[in-house]
Amino acid sequence: MSNRIDIKKTYKLYINGAFPRTESGRTYEVKNAKGVFVANPCLASRKDLRDAVVAARAAHSGWNKATAYNRGQILYRIAEMLEGRRAQFVEEIMNVTGVTKVKAEKEVTDSVDRLVWYAGWTDKIASLAGSTNPVAGPFYNFTVPESMGVVAAIAPETPSLLGLIDAVAPIITSGNTVIVLASTKAPLSAMTFAEVLATSDLPAGVINILTGKKEELAPWMASHMDIDALDITGLKGKQHADIKVAGAENLKRIYSFKSADPGRIIAFMEAKTVWHPIGL
Amino acid sequence: MTFEYAPAPESRAIVTIKPKYGHFIGGKFVAGSKHFPTVNPATEEVLSQIALAGKAEVDAAVKAARKAYTTTWSKMSGKERGKYLYRIARIMQERAREFAVLETLDNGKPIRESRDTDIPLAAAHFFYHAGWADKLEYAGLGTSPKPLGVAGQIIPWNFPLLMLAWKVAPALAAGNTVVLKPAESTPLTALLFAEVCQQAELPAGVVNIVTGDGSTGALIVNHPGIDKIAFTGSTEVGKIIARAVAPTNKSVTLELGGKAANIVFDDAPIDETVEGIVNGIFFNQGHVCCAGSRLLLQESVAEEVLHKLKNRMEKIRVGDPMDKNTDVGAINSKEQLSKIIELAAAGDSEGAERWSPACNLPSKGFWFAPTIFTGVTQAHRIAREEIFGPVLSVLTFRTPAEAIEKANNTPFGLSAGIWSEKGSRTLWASQQLRAGVIWANTFNKFDPTSPFGGYKESGWGREGGRHGLAAYLKGVNHE
Repeated sequence: MSNRIDIKKTYKLYINGAFPRTESGRTYEVKNAKGVFVANPCLASRKDLRDAVVAARAAHSGWNKATAYNRGQILYRIAEMLEGRRAQFVEEIMNVTGVTKVKAEKEVTDSVDRLVWYAGWTDKIASLAGSTNPVAGPFYNFTVPESMGVVAAIAPETPSLLGLIDAVAPIITSGNTVIVLASTKAPLSAMTFAEVLATSDLPAGVINILTGKKEELAPWMASHMDIDALDITGLKGKQHADIKVAGAENLKRIYSFKSADPGRIIAFMEAKTVWHPIGL
Repeated sequence: MTFEYAPAPESRAIVTIKPKYGHFIGGKFVAGSKHFPTVNPATEEVLSQIALAGKAEVDAAVKAARKAYTTTWSKMSGKERGKYLYRIARIMQERAREFAVLETLDNGKPIRESRDTDIPLAAAHFFYHAGWADKLEYAGLGTSPKPLGVAGQIIPWNFPLLMLAWKVAPALAAGNTVVLKPAESTPLTALLFAEVCQQAELPAGVVNIVTGDGSTGALIVNHPGIDKIAFTGSTEVGKIIARAVAPTNKSVTLELGGKAANIVFDDAPIDETVEGIVNGIFFNQGHVCCAGSRLLLQESVAEEVLHKLKNRMEKIRVGDPMDKNTDVGAINSKEQLSKIIELAAAGDSEGAERWSPACNLPSKGFWFAPTIFTGVTQAHRIAREEIFGPVLSVLTFRTPAEAIEKANNTPFGLSAGIWSEKGSRTLWASQQLRAGVIWANTFNKFDPTSPFGGYKESGWGREGGRHGLAAYLKGVNHE
């Protein structure tokens, strides 16, 4: 056919449902496994993080108030949108990370399936993590788990798409909103995933995606006073102590995870216990 | 109309206080090296000399706890562990009067409260958790839950024996052994509890009690032989602990400060509400992390509520904690009294209006009259900082949304109160409030089956109920 010059994508950030460039004007170079230039994604700054926190905080009330059924349908919708673009993600993952087609396909398949799995948890997690409590007195007493608020997450370097989904999906399942820092070396599937989110009826600000350097942004995530909790799965173990020290300023809940399970949803929920007298 | 009450003093003959105490390590009382006095805050009488644990004593306690963990407690079946906890619960019930008198002497709280609340609830905590010991795999915390090891537990002075029970009972039920440090100013009931452990024939080293001050607490927090830290106390110290354990593999739960909003809507049952307000702030002299210390009144009923509240406060009996008619006892220590005085003075200087009923405070001991401040704004220190005393800050609101906005405008999130006869409004408010415990048309209720703990800077984790067990079991997935 013809020697058509293809249209390359500008990779930007995903904040408050929009795709802004980093306010810092900085980018960094991403090369594929063969060392060939692929893209110049944004090197997000502290200011970008703060903008994302503002968006996430503003979005929390609405997302938290949405019914669990509604949140489940939106998570399922994200899976539908991802399913429809499987080929693009497979190609992008292969190109950037150099993995085989079989491996890339498995990662995308697992990502879709994982979203479906979390979609089903939205209206079940409260039965698992809540209780009615038989107190010794004339009171009705129950414990309900609730979202914490704004959670920041550092996605692991690999797998770049599945790791990102494993970070954000359990956080938003319960009604939290999230700011996630994507894999530094392989950030492209994360930003393409933002395009999936933008077409999934997910309210603006519920998931915000940054690209950049962990060592630069993680300390700001830890010390930000309007972030309630932190998933540091993507940070190397030796960096955990410093992050936990900084996070103590507002007693952030800080966790890292080994795998996907309901505990990952519950970790970012608060148990609220309500008492009311019983009587005529 | 004033009711005259004849004195109704509880006898202290039931307790025997030794002139000097040591630590309880490896099932035995061992003599301390340095000592400090513990004082009856109602009379300033020195009750006893308490040992101050240093590095050697804390080391010995951790070593005893580790030995008991590896050789005995972690190998014992849950069924047998539970039996020890049941024994402890029963002995605490048998010796309840003794515990109550001792608690009131050392703490200053009214005998009515130690007798009817602290001690029965402490025994109930052991009875409740005894039953969990052989049922942990059904708690929904993993199919094969494992204990953490040795738990270091640091408790406050406001509910000395009850806080001990909240810490020790779940730790032991889950298969951990403990090193517990009671508060500097209220060690006596913990030392009596050590005798209960002996009577229950609890294996040596499963419970170790070291007494001391903040320096002893720091030794526990930083001890490399400890797997878990459980702390109840101020948010300030909680943050220090969080930073100290950050580089370690220790698990941590923190039960910290609060500045609870107690919201009165215009459809509240006013008389019951007034009782609830009084209970919310003056229970235990206001030495309660979850005290309803910020009263939020809807404007249309503010005047009526305040009028009735002042009337009710005129009838609060402040005085001898050993008198069975006493409602409000002594402030726990001179240090705490000066903190309350300082914050109340800030209320005056920032422009709020102070009111207290006339009351004759005893000439000896540490006392502070029940106090309310009206005209308080959200910026005032008395609306933001935990006073931990019988001081209520009163604010007003016009709309339910404004009430929630004001209630949540705090870094704390431990508890909150709602007064309304409208069910849908009560449930709506309970959803909106960012706090771990919500009391609707009641206040300051506690139960071993009911998880307790805070959002935000009020701490990490829950105590009580199925949720509280998670604090003493290995995390299924996260670190």
